[in-house]
Amino acid sequence: MFVLVVGAGRVGSSVATSALRAGHTVSVLDEDPLSHERLDVELGASWEEAGGRFTIGTALELDALTEAGIENADVFIASTNGDNTNLVVSQLAQRRFEVPRVIARILDPRRAAWYAEQGVHTVCPTQIAIEQLEKAALA
Amino acid sequence: MPGLYVIIAGAGKVGWNLARELLERGDEVTVIEQDRRRYLTVEQELEHAVQYGDATELWVLERAGIQRADLVVAVTGDDEDNLLICQVAKEKYLCERIIARCNNPRNLVHFKLLGIQPAVSATDLILRLIEHEVPRYGLVHLLDLPEERLEIIELVVGDGCEAAGQRVADLNLPDGALVISVLRDGSGFVPKADSVVEAGDEVLVVLDPGLEEDITRLFVSNGAGG
Repeated sequence: MFVLVVGAGRVGSSVATSALRAGHTVSVLDEDPLSHERLDVELGASWEEAGGRFTIGTALELDALTEAGIENADVFIASTNGDNTNLVVSQLAQRRFEVPRVIARILDPRRAAWYAEQGVHTVCPTQIAIEQLEKAALA
Repeated sequence: MPGLYVIIAGAGKVGWNLARELLERGDEVTVIEQDRRRYLTVEQELEHAVQYGDATELWVLERAGIQRADLVVAVTGDDEDNLLICQVAKEKYLCERIIARCNNPRNLVHFKLLGIQPAVSATDLILRLIEHEVPRYGLVHLLDLPEERLEIIELVVGDGCEAAGQRVADLNLPDGALVISVLRDGSGFVPKADSVVEAGDEVLVVLDPGLEEDITRLFVSNGAGG
């Protein structure tokens, strides 16, 4: 599969690295060149030499998304550090580029829940943390 | 007419001045500002009409009374935030009227895609004004109705151009274009098929979008293009 990851922080870079290790084609878009270094470190090798792609640009730039290969993406992961950026760019991926599988990382549980009802596949780490903490503390 | 209840997201220059004008008109206004220092500054003047918080958080919008808002205006400096605020206002809280500020005109397509209209871009407005004040090839957009696929442009008939000295009927206009008015010596007339277009005239042309270049070519003096 062709996996496009927008936003390579801790979460995005880990997912990108494991996808590459699993043999998928992986392209990463991030505005910060430092996140490219993070990919190298996590992989323990050069990201490009291992077959990964990296584009510098912001999530809403159509040119950057196109350069990163969004038109051919099977999976789109929005994992920038901004909930609103993730919600907007994932809707672009769905409606404009018709990427078959689109997932957005959303920290705010209420926004994650409401957008999930609207058909955006959201993953909410905060909600997961709340549930695990409750389980650990109150069980 | 009873006043409106307007929620303004963002107390920057645009939001603050807008709030002032609406309050002056007698409307009820709540401004939401997420920067604590900015909030404290604005609060000295607007008092209870400004609230501290992130307007992309649902509870902040609810606290501001979004359920009864007649209009939500999102004018923060962040286009993603403005998009989100308007989308949530419209689709979750069923607010009928929204207005979004678009900071980067390249993002206008995203506002359109997500149905966030109207989206206002100051940069785009100024660009259009520049085009109007300093037209390239003397071409001015008078009316653009992209949805209706219609536009009206104004052109100056250049010296020695293909159109100069021709009857309107003989102009080599593409299908989908029509000369609707000729302005000469400060007054205008609706041309007939045998009216002659002269160099220095200004003509108004109604056309389907996309025909501009073909039309411009007829009216530009030889050697003036490029």
